[in-house]
Amino acid sequence: MILAWRGTLATIGLVLGLAHAAAAAEGVAVPSRSWSFDGIFGTYDRAAAQRGFQVYQNVCAGCHGVRFLAFRNLLDIGLDEETVRAVAAERTVVDGPDDGGEMYERPGRLSDRWPSPFANEQAARAAMGGAYPLDLSLIAKARPQGPDYLYALLTGYHEPPADMAVPDGLYYNAYFPGHLIAMPPPLSDGAVEYADGTEATVAQMASDVTYFLTWLAEPKLEERKQTGIKVVLFLIVLTALLYAYKRRIWADVH
Amino acid sequence: MSGNHTQPVFRNGLVRWVDDRLPIFTIAYNMVGPGYPTPRNLNYFWNFGSLAGLVLVLQIMTGIVLAMHYTPHTSMAFDSVEHIMRDVNWGWLLRYAHANGASMFFIVVYIHIFRGLYYGSYKPPRELLWMLGVVILLLMMATAFMGYVLPWGQMSFWGATVITNLFSAVPVFGESIVTWLWGGFSVDNPTLNRFYSLHYLLPFVIVAVVVLHIMALHQFGSNNPVGIDVRKKDMIPFHPYYTVKDLFGIGVFLLFFSAFLFWAPNMLGHPDNYIPANPLSTPAHIVPEWYFLPFYAILRAIPDKLMGVIAMFASIGVLFLLPWLDTSRVRSANFRPIYRVLFWVLVLDCVLLTYIGAKPPEGIYITLGRVATFYYFFHFLVLLPLLGKIERPLPLPDSITKPVLPRSGGLAAQPAE
Amino acid sequence: MADQAVQGAGETRRDFLELAALATTAVGAAALVWPLVDSMNPSADVLALSSTEVDVSQVPEGSAITVKWRGSPVFVRHRTAVEIEEAENVELSALPDPQPDSERAQRAEMLIVVGVCTHLGCVPLGNKPTEPRGEFGGWFCPCHGSHYDTSGRIRKGPAPANLPVPTYTYLSDDVVRIG
Repeated sequence: MILAWRGTLATIGLVLGLAHAAAAAEGVAVPSRSWSFDGIFGTYDRAAAQRGFQVYQNVCAGCHGVRFLAFRNLLDIGLDEETVRAVAAERTVVDGPDDGGEMYERPGRLSDRWPSPFANEQAARAAMGGAYPLDLSLIAKARPQGPDYLYALLTGYHEPPADMAVPDGLYYNAYFPGHLIAMPPPLSDGAVEYADGTEATVAQMASDVTYFLTWLAEPKLEERKQTGIKVVLFLIVLTALLYAYKRRIWADVH
Repeated sequence: MSGNHTQPVFRNGLVRWVDDRLPIFTIAYNMVGPGYPTPRNLNYFWNFGSLAGLVLVLQIMTGIVLAMHYTPHTSMAFDSVEHIMRDVNWGWLLRYAHANGASMFFIVVYIHIFRGLYYGSYKPPRELLWMLGVVILLLMMATAFMGYVLPWGQMSFWGATVITNLFSAVPVFGESIVTWLWGGFSVDNPTLNRFYSLHYLLPFVIVAVVVLHIMALHQFGSNNPVGIDVRKKDMIPFHPYYTVKDLFGIGVFLLFFSAFLFWAPNMLGHPDNYIPANPLSTPAHIVPEWYFLPFYAILRAIPDKLMGVIAMFASIGVLFLLPWLDTSRVRSANFRPIYRVLFWVLVLDCVLLTYIGAKPPEGIYITLGRVATFYYFFHFLVLLPLLGKIERPLPLPDSITKPVLPRSGGLAAQPAE
Repeated sequence: MADQAVQGAGETRRDFLELAALATTAVGAAALVWPLVDSMNPSADVLALSSTEVDVSQVPEGSAITVKWRGSPVFVRHRTAVEIEEAENVELSALPDPQPDSERAQRAEMLIVVGVCTHLGCVPLGNKPTEPRGEFGGWFCPCHGSHYDTSGRIRKGPAPANLPVPTYTYLSDDVVRIG
């Protein structure tokens, strides 16, 4: 009986593991890093996420949208309401139609979503010479090993191998699938002046913006893990009680 | 000890009054209560039927609430799922529970099926019980497939495209059938809408077939690990013995479920489904959900389009014929030394098919996929019919409480615990 | 079902273990249902959309406009001196839901009320010049015949309460933020 259960569990593990591994094993191997949101009790490093937002604003926002980010969401990474209102007010949002039937522009409010830099994909491609800067809202979940991949990509602009020709308008990246990416190296040392005085190295900025983007892709991660701990503790008690009760009921059968 | 249809006496006056006019309490009493006699030696593999029922109920509950927040339109479906994940109270929990719940449903049901295969639960007189189970499996597959389309991510869209295109293999009418399925000339808004409608409908059809499945079960009662017919004195009432055992099993199962739900909710999904559907660009590597991988491997193993589709459907169709393909009259594999080995070979074959289904169709994987596909059918169509004629089963005990079997590994017959 | 069915052999056992196990199961089942129920409450984006801004300088004296706030109509009425006087001079004891006019308008000439009848939720008539304003010159609800006065107070008919005044602030002389 115990053997059969081991066999069953091993089979489940094998099936799920194989299916998962086979699906994930595409592209270039990306080195794993450790993140504050890993593990059973993982949470987001607020300071890193705030710095990451600064990197996004100053470096990425010109081309990449984050259409699922509402300004009010920024309160969740620890920015205070006044700052967030100011961030929102700096952005122009299209509203309307007004009583004259015209759409009009106004400063953003907490309830607005982050306005995308381009009206649509075609406009983006026209402006960017054919390349399409993806919306980054879900990017950390839309790639295998998302956070590790983002960090690797942002720090992966190396000299190409000698035998590789890099066409005009493309750049060599060690971790981009196919190694040729249309995005120029976005980060350079000192590209951002951090409000908290942290030194803005490429590695630091890549890590920070990964924190921000991972939070943006999975904003309920902390709530999820904390709920999970409560649920599991409860289930352990419940299952133990039911087991004891079951033993009691079955006592006269054995 | 109670017989199959006892008339219970209820202490509560209101219950008695209602039951006189509408015998729901008597039905429950005889279905899942003390009025249902059950073999005393069922092991924990018999928990998976009630677990499947539980997951079905959970899926329907979460699904109904998710449907209140979801919008079935190509331009809004993806965003409405993100709305659920970000803004709806507990939306993340409901959606992850529903998505992972589908995987849990298949894990539980696959174990339930393999338990039936091992202990010969499909043999007379339970053939219809088994066949209804296969119908449930088919309905589950259709429901899961259409549900996966609803978030309208890249895998949703391309999964829908590939699977609906299977029907284009039908001679002469193929094209028209696919156009009809789509409601257009590609997977688009009409397709999404009808999938949503059917995804909402089919679970209730499953419930109906589950009711039939349970009715058929009650006709002859549960099979058991020894596989022989059970005497009255070796029966115990379902309640409280198996209700409490099922409850304990539910506790263990929910712990397993929680591990995925709270700490790896995307492990069984595919990252590409967080990219909105784009009809102009196919992802590099399309993979179905893990529970379809064996069938996908069978589809790809055969180099002919029509034959591949036929083989894929036949891999389930063959299960309908199983009660007649297996010619041995002994139910439990514990008394069939050769079949017991073949059972585990079949399990490994299915694991191999799962692996192949996730791999690109190239090189060694093609050969392996063909061998594994061949063996799958060989097992059911050749080995099983022959084995019944040549295998010498071990002597069967007189009653389930006196197993004559020496401890021999595998699923040794034992009372639970 | 243990307590409903009495069977000769399987008598019911009530002891601590059973009580604890079943009570914990019940708590778990209830906790399971809560997220399903709570998810039907307003979501975060709906809650965030709880204010709207109106330019009240565009409303001519004696007429009213309707603006949408949280999915419901809000009436903004530029009252005439006569209407204000009527509203202020009513004997409070004569009102079903007594409330002085001064509590209902931050600026006497501009009355802002939620345009939803307190009876069963219809939108009262009276904002457009062509519509009936009822016996008290305010609004008239056509569904079940409730009459509101020029302060939006219920005067006659089945409605139990005055038209509610939303929270609002003047951002400038012309612009009001409702909510």
